[in-house]
Amino acid sequence: MKQASSILSTYASDVSGVCSALYELGGMSIMDDASGCNSTYNTHDEPRWYSMPSMVYVSALTEMQAVLGQDKYLEDEICSAAKELHPRFIAIAGTPIPMMMGTDFTGIARVIEKRSGIPTMGFATNGMRSYIVGSSMALVELAKRFCPQSELEKNYAAKKKSKKTRVNLLGVTPLDFSVVGNVEKLKSLLEENNCEVISTWAMGSTFEDLMNSYKADVNVVASSCGLELAKYFEGIYGTPYITGIPSGNAATKAFFDSLQKAFTTKKTQKPIWLQDKSVELEKSVSKKQYIVGEAVWASSMALTLRKDFGLSNLEVLCPTETTEEFLGIKGRITFYEDDYFDLLKKADLVIADPIYKYAVPSTTKFISLPHEGYSGRTYRKDIPVVMGDEFQQFYKIC
Amino acid sequence: MIELSHKKEIDWSGARVRIGDADFSCPFETGVEYSSPARGPWNIVHTGMLVPESHQIFVCAQSCNRGVVLTAAELFKLDRFSTITIEEHNILDGDTENLIIDGVKDIVKKLPVKPKAILLFTSCIHHFIGCDLKFVYDTLHKDIPDIDITDCYMNPTMRKTLIAPDPKMRQQLYSLLHPTDERDNGVNFIGNNFAADVHSELGQIVKKAGNFTRDICTSKSYAEFQQMAKSKLNIVTNPAAVIAEKTLQERFGTKSLYLPLSYDTDEIKKSVDVLCKELGVDFDTSSLEKDAEDALNKTEALLGKTKIAVDYTSTSRPLGLAKLLLTHGMNVTSVYLDCIIPEEKTAFDFLKKNFPTLELYATVHPKMGILPEELNRENSNEENNFTLAIGQKSAYFTGTKHFVNMLEGSGLWGFTGITKLMALIQDAYKNEKDTSKIIQVKGWGCCS
Repeated sequence: MKQASSILSTYASDVSGVCSALYELGGMSIMDDASGCNSTYNTHDEPRWYSMPSMVYVSALTEMQAVLGQDKYLEDEICSAAKELHPRFIAIAGTPIPMMMGTDFTGIARVIEKRSGIPTMGFATNGMRSYIVGSSMALVELAKRFCPQSELEKNYAAKKKSKKTRVNLLGVTPLDFSVVGNVEKLKSLLEENNCEVISTWAMGSTFEDLMNSYKADVNVVASSCGLELAKYFEGIYGTPYITGIPSGNAATKAFFDSLQKAFTTKKTQKPIWLQDKSVELEKSVSKKQYIVGEAVWASSMALTLRKDFGLSNLEVLCPTETTEEFLGIKGRITFYEDDYFDLLKKADLVIADPIYKYAVPSTTKFISLPHEGYSGRTYRKDIPVVMGDEFQQFYKIC
Repeated sequence: MIELSHKKEIDWSGARVRIGDADFSCPFETGVEYSSPARGPWNIVHTGMLVPESHQIFVCAQSCNRGVVLTAAELFKLDRFSTITIEEHNILDGDTENLIIDGVKDIVKKLPVKPKAILLFTSCIHHFIGCDLKFVYDTLHKDIPDIDITDCYMNPTMRKTLIAPDPKMRQQLYSLLHPTDERDNGVNFIGNNFAADVHSELGQIVKKAGNFTRDICTSKSYAEFQQMAKSKLNIVTNPAAVIAEKTLQERFGTKSLYLPLSYDTDEIKKSVDVLCKELGVDFDTSSLEKDAEDALNKTEALLGKTKIAVDYTSTSRPLGLAKLLLTHGMNVTSVYLDCIIPEEKTAFDFLKKNFPTLELYATVHPKMGILPEELNRENSNEENNFTLAIGQKSAYFTGTKHFVNMLEGSGLWGFTGITKLMALIQDAYKNEKDTSKIIQVKGWGCCS
């Protein structure tokens, strides 16, 4: 039965995605949910909670508010907290009960902004979709509300040339990157390849850095969380984008080739794994190999695994929101446990978060690739750095 | 790292109050809430794990399932845990009853080992959508007759209008006990997450009367757990378990005694007398009381003027504990709690009158996410200049490495409990702990 999961876990939800994307930017994020429900985000979805302060709170919704209406209460308590804490902005994100109540988060945000004088964003999240959806919403809305959008910024990169390729990294949160060094490695790889990282949305950059995003020559969609933002920046600034991460030799080559092409042509490029024509020509064999994960990460790694390690029958199984076109012919959207049990029992190799091992026969080779957005902090110490040749090393020792 | 440039403008108002100026029973403003990183206190998944050979199934939206499934994952107990995910279309289709019934059957079919019991958790959504839970459970009991299935709830939205999830969980654990007319000399400790100390006054009295104790925390099998239904007496020491005790009394007619964890000499003696009367024995507490006094005096001599912080996760009576320590010359400067239970009214009034400068700190007030850095700076962890904390939350907020890692009283009770607690305090004074590492462990002590 599709919605029943006997043993597998679930991905971080959209409301966590909103909070994760906005965590470092000096805003105040409110989950509209019952008291205590914020502990899921704080414990499992937010590794920075123990070392970096941020104003992430829960509204402590009660049954009476849900029945009688909570708008006024919510507005009052958020305005009261904002008056004391002076956040740069306010974000309110919904959960299942507010969705059932039909809470108008956009309207409430408008009222709070008017009363508090602080820019306020409302997100109609409902706790029933993955962090990809929430982070995407939050990053796009942040850009819409705060990024400068005058004629001065439009096509800035073409007007003011630089010796280096200026890039923004889009869709970077601990839910995909964790806090084990992947962001730092990605940045250093770019710098080693004559690039300047203008901003990272939104981990390790200041709010002011983000506001300089218009200066980039090319945007990099580093996870599915950044795709909508890339499209938005293309629309307002004319910045082309590439999609992928440089994980392993083949993906790194494809990544920088794509970046160069986008820089030269000023045109958005297909995701790096879709540029590899050889994928379509391979013949299928009886035994399958699978890599399970978020679309951009899993597909980029798959590219390297196919080309550098000969895993010609490797397929990407994507458990979070994406499209078939985005994944290409060697990927499929797979949400439910039943599908994993069916597919993985026929595999001779599975690369996935350790929790998926429960769905894999003991005779199948399993390579553990923990994903913060799935198993949270449980296996964080085992999360590898996968950028550049570190992925090559990781796979070789497995 | 982010710099919260505004923090210098923030004061402690609303998040901190001197007890002399505090109102009973809600001394703080309410509003949006913060959640500190101290994760030791148990949640309903941890408590549910106490039932041996049981399996938990949560029926919730993705965001709600995430927290509980990873609780089980961190315990490496996913083999005792399953979920059924409510999606948007279920709300519109109105098929939540069938979703639960079909889901539970499907999961049972897939489990490699059939559990003895299933704890089936529904959520806030079911309450609001008017899900017919009676139909659901009737159907499941009929269709899966060989597994005990009980109704459990993760409905924090209803925490003020229905029984809050934590006491409800403690109540529902014992709903799995099969009624029996058979009675033996067993005495149950009911509703604890940590096994009651059988060497306490209560354990000693039970033994002296020729009886023996039973406790879910020490039950190794479902069959052993079921023996609790035969016991002739139930003892509850935790206020969160009072509802569980009352329910058992109604269901089985078993006599129950509420003998609360207390740090007050008269209250401890009164509870001892109540149990002695019930079991028909005499018990002299004078030597145990003297031991406790000696331990308190020794601790006071060791600690001197060391600042002490207490929090509500360490004991159900944080003000009572503060009173005990203060009246024995120790320097309790702060108590971390968000509200004060009725049973603490006497201690509250005493402290308000006699120690009005004692500071109460909220734990969920939004300022607590930012301001404790100030406390951390004050608390240098240098010799003779550190705060000694009792409880994980106060340890986190004060930033100390000297703390007593105690949750819900850790099973200690009475004068013996005070003596043992003083030993823990002395140890915390002498030895540092890796506070950050310890407090990040969710459900401290569960399944260990």
